[in-house]
Amino acid sequence: MSISGFLSQLLAIIVALVLAPLLMGWVNQWRAWLQNRTAPGLLQPYRMLNKLFHKESIVAETASPIFRLAPYIVFGCMVLACAIIPTLSTDLPMSPAADAIALVGLFAVARVFISLAAMDIGTAFGSLGARREMLIGFLAEPALLAILFNASLISNSTALTSIVEYLAHKEFAIYPSLAFAGIAFTMVSFAENARVPVDNPATHLELTMIHEALILEYSGRHLALIEWAVALKLFAYSCIGLALFFPWGIAEAEAPVVLIFALPALVLKLAVGGFLLALIETLSAKMRIFRVPEFLATAFLLAVIGMLVHFLLGA
Amino acid sequence: MNALIPQLINLFAAVILILAFAMLSQRRILNLIHLYTWQGLAVVGSTTVVAYVTDQHHLYYSAALTMALKVILIPWMLHRLINRLNVRWDIETLVNIPTLMIVGIALVVFAFNVALPISRFSETVAHGTLGIALACVLLSFLMMITRAKAVPQVIGFLAMENALFLAATSATYGMPMVVELGIALDVLVGILIMGVFMFQIREQFDSLDISHLEKLKED
Repeated sequence: MSISGFLSQLLAIIVALVLAPLLMGWVNQWRAWLQNRTAPGLLQPYRMLNKLFHKESIVAETASPIFRLAPYIVFGCMVLACAIIPTLSTDLPMSPAADAIALVGLFAVARVFISLAAMDIGTAFGSLGARREMLIGFLAEPALLAILFNASLISNSTALTSIVEYLAHKEFAIYPSLAFAGIAFTMVSFAENARVPVDNPATHLELTMIHEALILEYSGRHLALIEWAVALKLFAYSCIGLALFFPWGIAEAEAPVVLIFALPALVLKLAVGGFLLALIETLSAKMRIFRVPEFLATAFLLAVIGMLVHFLLGA
Repeated sequence: MNALIPQLINLFAAVILILAFAMLSQRRILNLIHLYTWQGLAVVGSTTVVAYVTDQHHLYYSAALTMALKVILIPWMLHRLINRLNVRWDIETLVNIPTLMIVGIALVVFAFNVALPISRFSETVAHGTLGIALACVLLSFLMMITRAKAVPQVIGFLAMENALFLAATSATYGMPMVVELGIALDVLVGILIMGVFMFQIREQFDSLDISHLEKLKED
């Protein structure tokens, strides 16, 4: 492992950990402004994490070790996911450990454990949330895989770093299949990150909530880890989207100096992306839960059409 | 630069296909008209690019004609129509959109397979998009079959005309000007007549649901 590779890997993880709550704060701020509310400060997620880490965490009497372990597993999965997604540089020593398919697997592991923990306590809302989460998850996963395969078909590789290197540094070309994949990816990431058309992250109405119902029983540092993991997941999804569809500005292994420009480029792209996320969330209404399979089936089919179009136009 | 132009045509074709799928699953009439307008705009874009790359002047005229007709005039007429029929906020009860989508996918696969041997013999710059155009025609057919109300059926018909136009530009650089003008006029008159028909249907049955027409048969 080269020194520069090690450094860029370390930088990628630190940037993810630091920027993820900031992205969350940015999205929340824009959401509030667009809805004519007074916005919380940009640093509000950090303050909340700080507060939660200093609080005592209370665990139910009936909780098994899974309940205590789940926050750490979820957080670890999200950090690992952020480590293998090329955010700043494609020179990531950890990325050969997991390709795009394993990345989807990582998200699945996190989902399974958070659902197990929710059912572990035995409250009604926990298992209700867990069931809904698994319903959305099992529909979103094939769609996400199909989207990643779209990019893999173009670059002939499932490793995220080689996909990004191919898309960003080869001769510029328009890939119509990526237009399909882009729309499908937007739909899937709304579902996976519990954003408005599928789930409302700010809701406290028990009957409509999905993600919030899962973590009702958590408190203190456990809740802090989960909230941080949620922010990391949003960050990871944004970075996958940016890496696949707007890969410019990511540094290559041969040119580590570009890393200086990669960070401002990433922040700018995330800022625009966060604003668009808040805009879409404000403009759309939450769907009924039984509309969600339809929504995600559309995403999956769009991704499949993307692959078909690739074969038709590439042949 | 030259490699980008066929890719740009392909991109426009892909956008038209996406919009065809969006129309297939759209419940609101108002949004359907918006989608139709965007599809017309994408057709104009693709025609203009083909005209630019092949240096065929008559394609510029047909692009301008498409712009005037399918992006401005027909959407305006449709808006007026749904205002006067008072169905602006109507929502159609479409059951089982996922199944509809799967049928759509099967149609796309079929169209691509049919078009592949044809486009292999074609020398035009946009030969790859023939399959997409064919798929859009079939999807518009599907939309007309599955809709119960009159206005979405008309929009399906119009979308089919868009797709045929795309097929013509991709396979043969457009039809002769006389044919194109004729079709444009046909569509325009078709819209007018169908508008009158819709008023008649509603007067007779108090609804725009086509299934009521079955009552017309004599016992």
